[in-house]
Amino acid sequence: MARILRLAVSLFLCVVMVGCATMPKGFLKPPEDTLEKRQLEMRQYDTKNEEQILSATAGVLQDLGFTLDESETPLGLVVASKKCDAKDAGQIAGAFFVTALCALGGSSSNALALVDAVQVVKVCVIVRPSLEGSKMTTRVTFQRIVWNASNQINRVETLKDPKLYQEFYEKLSKAIFLEAQSI
Amino acid sequence: MKSPKQRLFLYLSLLCLLVGCASTSHQIMGTDKSQVALRAIQTRAFDTTDKKKMMQTIISTMQDLDFVIDKADYTLGSITGSKFLGYASVTMTVTVRPRGETQLLVRANAQHGIQSVEDAATYQDFFTSLEKALFLTAQQVD
Repeated sequence: MARILRLAVSLFLCVVMVGCATMPKGFLKPPEDTLEKRQLEMRQYDTKNEEQILSATAGVLQDLGFTLDESETPLGLVVASKKCDAKDAGQIAGAFFVTALCALGGSSSNALALVDAVQVVKVCVIVRPSLEGSKMTTRVTFQRIVWNASNQINRVETLKDPKLYQEFYEKLSKAIFLEAQSI
Repeated sequence: MKSPKQRLFLYLSLLCLLVGCASTSHQIMGTDKSQVALRAIQTRAFDTTDKKKMMQTIISTMQDLDFVIDKADYTLGSITGSKFLGYASVTMTVTVRPRGETQLLVRANAQHGIQSVEDAATYQDFFTSLEKALFLTAQQVD
């Protein structure tokens, strides 16, 4: 009994000492890959028409099934989001394998309830004149929140896949062309 | 069936979790620092009156720092963005307003998870990046 009490007291002290979660330092320092990130996220267009690029951007986001959450024309800002499927065949197969193994071993597993199910993707586009003022610079950033099958948040992350950005800009170039031709 | 000892242990552990951090009213109204000290940490003045350029530079600085912009309002001069650090999310609001005839006052305030950031060095990091992007010096406001 005394041993358990001692254990409980020391555990209690540990919790008291931890207190509130500690905050990491330096999270507002620029990351080392800033330049690469800019290259990935930014493109320039040979026009001075800020509104044209901005409306083409809104058009592309609509093409991609996003709904606009926020926009501020004087600052060249568009924020949009969409809710979509986050199921990954490989992940489901893995979870199924774990569940099957557990079943064979005579126990149960909730691996299938923990796989990615739904995600909300948020995108933010900024259009502003380039430094020399003759071109328009656009910068896009993607973020997503992933929920699992039991409706808990599995993961939150900034998307850094170059393919995603390339595809977005291909579509934006096309949209700028289409809108210039009033299609 | 659990023994009384095990049950005691369980209750004690649960009690520990209930200790929490601070009282409710402190969490809503209070900060650990005085109003003046907090303003000094979070605010800088810049020698420019170009509000639009300032706001666009703040946005691009925030994007450099991995933030995704959630909201921006040119009239009010406010920009709000968020970023993820592991499982915690950081949200930051930056406001821009004129100070006298020749300066703009920039104030940033950030929140990490469920705590407000009151660390001077963290804000200094942000203003250092902003300075570089603006080619202007951030001046401490007294």
